[in-house]
Amino acid sequence: MKLDTIDHIQALLADRQGVALVTELADGAQQLFTRADAPADIRTAIEADRSGEMEIEGRKCFVLVRNPPPRLLIVGAVHITQGLAPMAALAGYDVTVIDPRRAFATDQRFPDVHLRTDWPDEALLVLKPDFRTAIVTLTHDPKLDDPALIAALRSDAFYIGALGSRKTHAARLGRLRREGFDDAALARIHGPAGIAIGAKTPAEIAVSVLAELTARRRGVDLPPKQKQP
Amino acid sequence: MKEAAEDDLLATAAAWKRDGQDVAIATVIATWGSSPRQAGSQLIVDGEGHMLGSVSGGCVEGAVIREAMEVMADGRPRLLDFGITNEQAWEVGLACGGKLQVYVERVE
Repeated sequence: MKLDTIDHIQALLADRQGVALVTELADGAQQLFTRADAPADIRTAIEADRSGEMEIEGRKCFVLVRNPPPRLLIVGAVHITQGLAPMAALAGYDVTVIDPRRAFATDQRFPDVHLRTDWPDEALLVLKPDFRTAIVTLTHDPKLDDPALIAALRSDAFYIGALGSRKTHAARLGRLRREGFDDAALARIHGPAGIAIGAKTPAEIAVSVLAELTARRRGVDLPPKQKQP
Repeated sequence: MKEAAEDDLLATAAAWKRDGQDVAIATVIATWGSSPRQAGSQLIVDGEGHMLGSVSGGCVEGAVIREAMEVMADGRPRLLDFGITNEQAWEVGLACGGKLQVYVERVE
């Protein structure tokens, strides 16, 4: 591996681009791709964050995938967030909590995470969610959640979750439809966020959301929500 | 605690190289059965045998370092196959019983 190649990989990762270094095992020849310029099968490997062997034009190759750290943007500095933020950090996410209500978004309530008190749509404009970013809205307040969901739907975010009862969620989908999103776009929103594990307390709900996020990140299909126990 | 940052290993390999040391990178390219480290996991080695990272739960690192020394000497990448039998695994205190393939290359 050339020193130049390592420098190039580091620079691309710092720019939050996913990369794949393809090594031809027979002769050691190497070629570097980014998610933007990779052929389809290599792009799939980058998006799945999966290194592995691959046969390319009849040659046995190894595809080494490196990605920027995954990010979780949580809208709402609420009680559930106090559990979800540290749990997600343990699972390897770079966590940012967004809430313009300064009484909620305090360093005392949220030590060790990035806190933002701008409006969610403005925050997302700055944070530029990409294919390694997950976004969860937890406020239940359409004034805060809806702008965040609209920005999320216009991004490459790999997971979009919204907390709220089925009734709340149906009303939310109605509002977003009037904003011009079709069913295919709205299907990207996991709502109500989280898998059905009978979660009751804020911390348990955080576990349920993190579980759904993990399944999405690792490409595991979960049963449709109405079929879950 | 963050996920094991494999790209940090590449950055460290580059830093060692810039310090004037020989450096080899060992990468897990395939595993069968229950191997503790997945494809893409890396171990870096310098000319004096110092290492960082891992390619297994500790059972093949010694052999990988020996091979890495050869790779640093002649610059020719090598593909190593390890079949960890359950008996061997137990001897070194591991119950993995897996198989793995490791690619070792020199930083140029």
